[in-house]
Amino acid sequence: MTTYEAVIGLEIHVQLRTRTKMFCRCPNRFGDAPNANVCSVCLAHPGMLPVANGEAVRQALRVGLALGCRIPERSKFDRKNYFYPDSPKAYQISQYDQPLCAEGAFQVPGEDGGFVVGITRAHLEEDAAKTIHVGGEAGRIAGSGSSIVDFNRAGTPLLEIVTEPDLRSGEHARRFLTLLRATIVATGASDCDMEKGTLRCDANVSIRPVGSTGFGTKCELKNMNSFRFLERGIAAEIARQTALLEVGGRVTQATLHYDPSSESLTVLRTKEEADDYRYFPEPDLLPVAPSPTLLEELRAGLPELPVARIARLRDTYGLPDATAATIALTPSLADYYEELAALTGDPRLAANWTMGELSAHLNAASLEAAASPVTPPRLAALIALTVAGTVGSNAAKTVFGELVADPAVDAATIVERLGLAQVDDADELGAIVDAVLAANAAEVAAFRAGKVQLIGFFTGQVMRQSGGRADPKVVQALLNDRLR
Amino acid sequence: MALTESDVRHVARLARLGLAAGEAERLRGELASILGHVSAIAALDLEGVPATSHPLDLVNVLAADEVVPAAGVEAALANAPDPVANGFRVPPIGA
Ligand SMILES: [Zn+2]
Repeated sequence: MTTYEAVIGLEIHVQLRTRTKMFCRCPNRFGDAPNANVCSVCLAHPGMLPVANGEAVRQALRVGLALGCRIPERSKFDRKNYFYPDSPKAYQISQYDQPLCAEGAFQVPGEDGGFVVGITRAHLEEDAAKTIHVGGEAGRIAGSGSSIVDFNRAGTPLLEIVTEPDLRSGEHARRFLTLLRATIVATGASDCDMEKGTLRCDANVSIRPVGSTGFGTKCELKNMNSFRFLERGIAAEIARQTALLEVGGRVTQATLHYDPSSESLTVLRTKEEADDYRYFPEPDLLPVAPSPTLLEELRAGLPELPVARIARLRDTYGLPDATAATIALTPSLADYYEELAALTGDPRLAANWTMGELSAHLNAASLEAAASPVTPPRLAALIALTVAGTVGSNAAKTVFGELVADPAVDAATIVERLGLAQVDDADELGAIVDAVLAANAAEVAAFRAGKVQLIGFFTGQVMRQSGGRADPKVVQALLNDRLR
Repeated sequence: MALTESDVRHVARLARLGLAAGEAERLRGELASILGHVSAIAALDLEGVPATSHPLDLVNVLAADEVVPAAGVEAALANAPDPVANGFRVPPIGA
């Protein structure tokens, strides 16, 4: 049987974080009353002229530089013609053959050696209005009563990023998009929130026999609104196409929607003919020609990007790639980690706490690491107590919870106040061990008869009797001694 | 490249224009004459000449990212034929 491989390219739309829209000075803001943020330009009243937003150009260039794109000397805007109520001009201003950012390459590291994704282009365009369908069947466009249009989003700046078909699985797509998102967030150009729609992703998926260099018929998966659904939707589409080919069928070019709740794909429309937008140069806008000085200034202003930080965390602190990646993708967490690693002098232990208790607490409280009441010095003091053997691992978690609850108290005080200090006194623990063995004579006999796994049972009993404070090493030694 | 009637029908479809009987042939002639006028450029030697996208020799005409207060919902909807709840109501969108 033929083995197939997937060929996947992504189209990503990023809503830029400017104060005003792309071609007029209406606020670029969400949550206002419908049509509160509109003017004659974004409503396409006759005779109104667009002027490109300089800050949107700068932000797009920052992203392009961060993605390793070549920045051509000159780019221009074009009209993409189509008819739909979300586009009052009956065209979208976009960039066709001369995008702001040209080909780039983006490295995705990983335990498997990672992979490189080619960036075809990144160009500026304007977003469409929002249409709400009312009447008729809920959620279905066909048969609806009417549509109501809100132009607040019309004309807001988008950066469209197109990748080469370099991805081979849903997992690759997820890993790429995760790192791409973190990179764009680091540039400050967007908050890239998939739930809010400031990051949207479509995937072009086709399959071909392994070893072949041609391309199969591709289908487009629309608007997957989480990293998990992107991965699952692509996997489902690869399975669908493979099943078709395996029974001698063929793939028809189509646009599909992935429904995560039923894990199924729905065909939105099939494409009998290629899209024809009759692009032509936008006569109302002048070309953009970024000067070398501007590019140098923007490049110099970029922060340390996630891919570089992953490498640095791995090389400086000896962290595994996956750990380095998880920490580096959130800059405030990475800052926290680096301070903690320096304070404790133990990068591995610092990573365990950062990934474990700290991350759980930050997620539960929806906090940035910098805003946690458990500052790196407070956590470092707790870690020092565990290293010294003053508290065991369970007690340390209790102390952590107390550090969260009371920002004014330090770890040593909590340990003292709650009597959490580890007991390693052989006489005190010896008495508990003797009592446990006396109370479980049958188990002791079974142990002596060869059921050695009962050592875990005895240890657990002793730990419980000691209120979780017994030093496990001392308990082991005592049990070994008594049961020999 | 000669303009065909099917080109005319395709462009009319893209523009959502309905053509009456005989119109495609008439428009083919009219459009062909307009395009023929422009195609005079093809007679020139333009090897190495970059395409002009704008007649003005200007670049980087950009606006500062500063909000100019919008006109307001009332003004926005003043010309709406069928406003409803701060929105523009439009006919249902056919599939
Ligand atoms: Zn506007």
